[in-house]
Amino acid sequence: MKFFLKKFLDLIPTLLGISLICFFIIRLIPGDPVLNLVGERGVDPVRYAEMKHNLGLDLPIIQQFWFFVKNACMGNLGTSIVSNNSVWAEFIERFPATFELGMFSLFFATIIGIPLGIYAALKRNSFFDYFLMGTSLIGYSMPIFWWGLILILLFSVKLGLTPVSGRIELTYDIPVMTGLYLIDTLQSAVVKAEGFAPFWSAIKHLILPAIALGTIPLAVIARMTRSSMLEVLGEDYIRTARAKGMNKTRIVYIHALRNALVPIVTTLALLFGSIITGAILTETIFSWPGIGKWIVQSITSRDYPVIQGGVLIISFIIVMTNIIVDVIYYFLNPKMR
Amino acid sequence: MKQFFSELYFELKKNRGAMIGIVIIFLSIIIALLAPVIAPHNPTEVFSDSLRLPPSFLEGGKAGFFFGTDDIGRDLLSRLIYGSRISLAVGFSVVVLALFTGTILGVVAGFYGGLVDRIIMRLTDLIMSLPSILFAIVIVAVLGPGITNSIIAVAVVAVPNFIRIIRAQVLVEKNKQYVSAAKLFGAGHFRIMFVEILPNCMAPLIVQASLGFSDGILNVAALGFLGLGAQAPMSEWGTMLSDARSFIESSPWMVTLPGLCILVTVLSFNLLGDGLRDALDPRLKKQN
Repeated sequence: MKFFLKKFLDLIPTLLGISLICFFIIRLIPGDPVLNLVGERGVDPVRYAEMKHNLGLDLPIIQQFWFFVKNACMGNLGTSIVSNNSVWAEFIERFPATFELGMFSLFFATIIGIPLGIYAALKRNSFFDYFLMGTSLIGYSMPIFWWGLILILLFSVKLGLTPVSGRIELTYDIPVMTGLYLIDTLQSAVVKAEGFAPFWSAIKHLILPAIALGTIPLAVIARMTRSSMLEVLGEDYIRTARAKGMNKTRIVYIHALRNALVPIVTTLALLFGSIITGAILTETIFSWPGIGKWIVQSITSRDYPVIQGGVLIISFIIVMTNIIVDVIYYFLNPKMR
Repeated sequence: MKQFFSELYFELKKNRGAMIGIVIIFLSIIIALLAPVIAPHNPTEVFSDSLRLPPSFLEGGKAGFFFGTDDIGRDLLSRLIYGSRISLAVGFSVVVLALFTGTILGVVAGFYGGLVDRIIMRLTDLIMSLPSILFAIVIVAVLGPGITNSIIAVAVVAVPNFIRIIRAQVLVEKNKQYVSAAKLFGAGHFRIMFVEILPNCMAPLIVQASLGFSDGILNVAALGFLGLGAQAPMSEWGTMLSDARSFIESSPWMVTLPGLCILVTVLSFNLLGDGLRDALDPRLKKQN
């Protein structure tokens, strides 16, 4: 209990710091914030004063920050200049797309990475081991914004197997239930009307971006699994199990893997941050309508409230995930208790 | 110090990956330095009669443009060669900036402890809790796009790694006898921190510097790709990629080559970094 309390107390300065950074984004940009918001057309003095008042810019800076934090806590993150929608609504609309892509690519990275890592550890110093470690270093060094383009070039342009952009064929009209197309396309109404074609289309759209986004996590997971397995396989209790004449598969998959999984799970959860970084690039390449593309667009269109609110929400999610990882780690690792 | 490096080299020579990394890095430094000599054309010179030519060894290519030309008729090979100058300079500046700030902050945090340490570590936690590209994007959004600003942004993102590593090492070193001896001789704090302790923190710093190089190159290229880094007509690899995106179907070489350059450069620094870590790790264990 004390452990959790301490974790949550640690959270406060981090969250305050993040809000402070986001708060100052608008105020540090050179030039007058109001003029930055209205753009180059200019504005008459009455409207100027009104806007300044609406933004709270006529208050002392401490009070401004206080209002910013208070509004953020109540989910009021301002309004996009470009679309005039609330930042929160825009975020909610796009988040499922990123979530679906991120989870699918982590899933892809895990189901391939863990078996490869185990096999490399078992065949230590074999050709396969060297090959895998070499490839994973290449994967780790991959500029994914280029990798995505190469995948498009190969699978979409040359082979014509997959679509280039978007989440689904635009001809399908999918009623939003969860926002995750892999689930929404399986609603009974959709299946009755269109069969499984929309679901198949969603999968086809998802596969390339998921590979692009999952490549670095895949490399990290394979390397981590290998080193974690090697460490565990050298432990005394494994030797004991072997000496007892225990079934080899049982030793590897029950005794060793279970203990090797602890650091792997932590790595997996910590990859969440890099998934978001990757999503910013991947979504730009594949025109994936998620939060990464949203943030990049808001920067090119100088939509400051969106940058501010978007960064705040994303960092909040990441900080919370890290806390959850700590909690999972606490339960997985008896040494922590 | 000399012995340290000769031993390090001896260890590295046994690591094939690290040696491949060193050779590639060495080659790219030579290419970068000799760019004006080896590049067949000026990287910004426009040949308006040769738009989007394929490489000369493919059908439709023209002799003189070995890797073909880009959408406004500039020689791709020359642009790639000059791009290596930018990428190496970028990696170098990022590492130097991050190393300098990170070392000072890390040594101070580790040496003084207490409130100073707490403040510095809170700041590092803060930067580390944001995804690196996102944080860099925020900084570039405030400072404005451009190569200098993206270098600053990427360096800021890299600083926490250096702080953490140095601080951890200082915490170990500061309780050793040579530090007490220096104190007895009346050495000032500055001397103890930077003359006595710092040279003993070299090993992890070298590893981090090598890995920081690859991160720096990759992140600045990513910002260039997003249109926030180097601006046209600069022949930065990431920026070249972002220009080439719209021609992916008709002129795939414009996409393939700049990315391959980024991959090879980043990979070589990662290979070196991995090798350095393997070479220095046993030493670290022995020391402590």
